[in-house]
Amino acid sequence: MMRIEIVSHSLQPGRLIEEVRRDESGAVTLFLGVVRNYNEGRRVLYLEYDAYPDMAVKVMEQIVEEARQRWTIDDVAIEHRIGRLEIGETSLAVAVATPHRREGFEACHYVVDRLKEIVPIWKKEVWEGGEEWIEGSLEATPESAKQS
Amino acid sequence: MVVKVLFFAALYERVGMRQVTMELPEGSTVAELQRTLAERFPQLATYGSSLLFAVNAAYVPSNEPLRDGDEVALIPPVSGGI
Repeated sequence: MMRIEIVSHSLQPGRLIEEVRRDESGAVTLFLGVVRNYNEGRRVLYLEYDAYPDMAVKVMEQIVEEARQRWTIDDVAIEHRIGRLEIGETSLAVAVATPHRREGFEACHYVVDRLKEIVPIWKKEVWEGGEEWIEGSLEATPESAKQS
Repeated sequence: MVVKVLFFAALYERVGMRQVTMELPEGSTVAELQRTLAERFPQLATYGSSLLFAVNAAYVPSNEPLRDGDEVALIPPVSGGI
């Protein structure tokens, strides 16, 4: 089971936790990406996220399949918010239910790292006096983006 | 043939449009589309090798042949997540 969504409203991580937990899962691991007020010496005012939603969901599904080949995962829910986000707001929530804690930590870590590498979502940092679309993952290639 | 080209993030701001349709000779590849786009939108020229391409929402290499009606997305380096 999995549910993956790109949304433009504020995220409610507690709902994802309830959604994925089940009787056979001994661990629920939650990761939140949060907008911070400072980056590379600049005081950030807010962020703006853009996405190619259809493809972003497909690529995240692929990433979950990759994780499932490595770890036993009972259920996953992922929500990524787009649009304007203020400091302290949540951009990403990943909840993973697994039989044991170790695979939960590892699977969650894998999903978030891979997401930052290949999922077509972009953020623009807006600070006092300027703004910039951040180019995060420069190493990605069509090959590295394929199911691994 | 005609393909739809999608722009996101910095590319959307540079081009000022979310999407355009482009007419190409039959059998054109993604790389050929990129050259044609750079002529129409010189502001895309600086991107070159850091761009990835997706056809119908899947990553493809730049020698991928295109077909009529394809949806092609230009994917600048991604930065989602946190």
